[in-house]
Amino acid sequence: MSGLLKSSIGRKVAMALSGLFLVVFLTQHFVINSTAVIAPDTFNAWSHFMGSNPLVQYGLQPVLIFGVVFHFVMGFVLELQNRKARPVGYAQYKGSANAPWTSRNMILSGLVVLAFLGLHFYDFWIPEMIHKYVETHPEDPTRYYAETVHKFESPVRVVLYVISFVLLALHLWHGFASTFQSVGFNNKYSAGLSKFAKVWAITIPVGFIIIAVYLHFNQIPH
Amino acid sequence: MKLTLKVWRQKNATAKGSIVTYPIDGIDGDMSFLEMMDMLNNKLILEGDEPVTFDHDCREGICGSCSMFINGEAHGPDRLVTTCQLHMRKFKDGDTITIEPFRAAGFPVIKDLMVDRSSFDRIQHAGGFISVNTSGNTQDANSIPIEKENADDAFAAATCIGCGACVASCKNSSAMLFVGAKVSQFALLPQGEVEATTRVLNMVKQMDEEGFGNCTNTGACEVECPKGISLENIARMNREYLSASLKG
Repeated sequence: MSGLLKSSIGRKVAMALSGLFLVVFLTQHFVINSTAVIAPDTFNAWSHFMGSNPLVQYGLQPVLIFGVVFHFVMGFVLELQNRKARPVGYAQYKGSANAPWTSRNMILSGLVVLAFLGLHFYDFWIPEMIHKYVETHPEDPTRYYAETVHKFESPVRVVLYVISFVLLALHLWHGFASTFQSVGFNNKYSAGLSKFAKVWAITIPVGFIIIAVYLHFNQIPH
Repeated sequence: MKLTLKVWRQKNATAKGSIVTYPIDGIDGDMSFLEMMDMLNNKLILEGDEPVTFDHDCREGICGSCSMFINGEAHGPDRLVTTCQLHMRKFKDGDTITIEPFRAAGFPVIKDLMVDRSSFDRIQHAGGFISVNTSGNTQDANSIPIEKENADDAFAAATCIGCGACVASCKNSSAMLFVGAKVSQFALLPQGEVEATTRVLNMVKQMDEEGFGNCTNTGACEVECPKGISLENIARMNREYLSASLKG
């Protein structure tokens, strides 16, 4: 049991489980964000809850940050190991003949998502932390919707978000469906689960794109 | 058929190799790929050159010896065949064919297209067996009833010939399809249950020590496997490994 994370299979399972955890997180993030389009008051209420509830702030938030960091650090470790496993490359390697692009380029799509996370933290998480814990403004439960809408005023930011979500969809297209195989689940239900995962992999990122574009074209005065 | 062959030449395990180009003529579409290589070697010998070293034995797709990486794919462009079963009719007159050894840290090159696949033997030695005393008191195998589905799956896993195409094709040089098949063929049968825990732990440990990469579920191994070994075997190995780790 102790050596599990040192073995190739243990690490693969850890990647799958941390990925699944992030899938769950993305789903709840999407549900909350979608209220910005359909019910701004609800968006404010839920954002306020997420931003002020001690269980979320001091319990779930650190777990989430650990999950994200673990997933990408382990991803890098495995990628470096995999590169070492073929010290001399092929003169001709036809990867497209036997595996889809998404499965062969997880590190590339993952790096774009990681870069996006940097931007996303700069946009929302860092200002939020400064607002709450450094400048200690009196809490205004109605500020979240306006702040979010104003973030999407810049077309450059919207384009960056759209590109990132396209890459996120490609990452999830392979990643989500393959988590079941990694944890050893391959049976008569696998084809159905894989279809569900692929539909989800497109739906959620496209949903995020729609929200970003909608907010960009529905600005409110500062 | 007239072809241009670009063949990896490497004098020995430590020498620096390179691709050498050879034109060849008179290739018949009904020849196997290895017969074409034989023709090339005859030509090289007649010209006083060193013939190309490559692995081959049964030449009917069951021994797992032939191991070439042809035009970017293990065992060439055809499916469910080994290099010896690949026919030259899969190529066109005037084609250029790149022929390389299987590439992986776990498969070091010995010479030209021949690689050392003893890492697979060491993985097998680590647990790919059942310890049965065969000194005359072995019971008849048919006296143990086995579900048809399990018997079929075990047999399908056991058809792995250990050629290494899975490793060669995988972008990560992962050996999980091979090890998955070798674990599965016993995991599915009651005879394999006795050593199930130690088998999977030891085989995976040996696989990792041999320097093979990690599986990222691209599925390239299954597509390129000449015996059609299914990815289900990797999932089964993952399950076996997790349950063995929790027990052990």
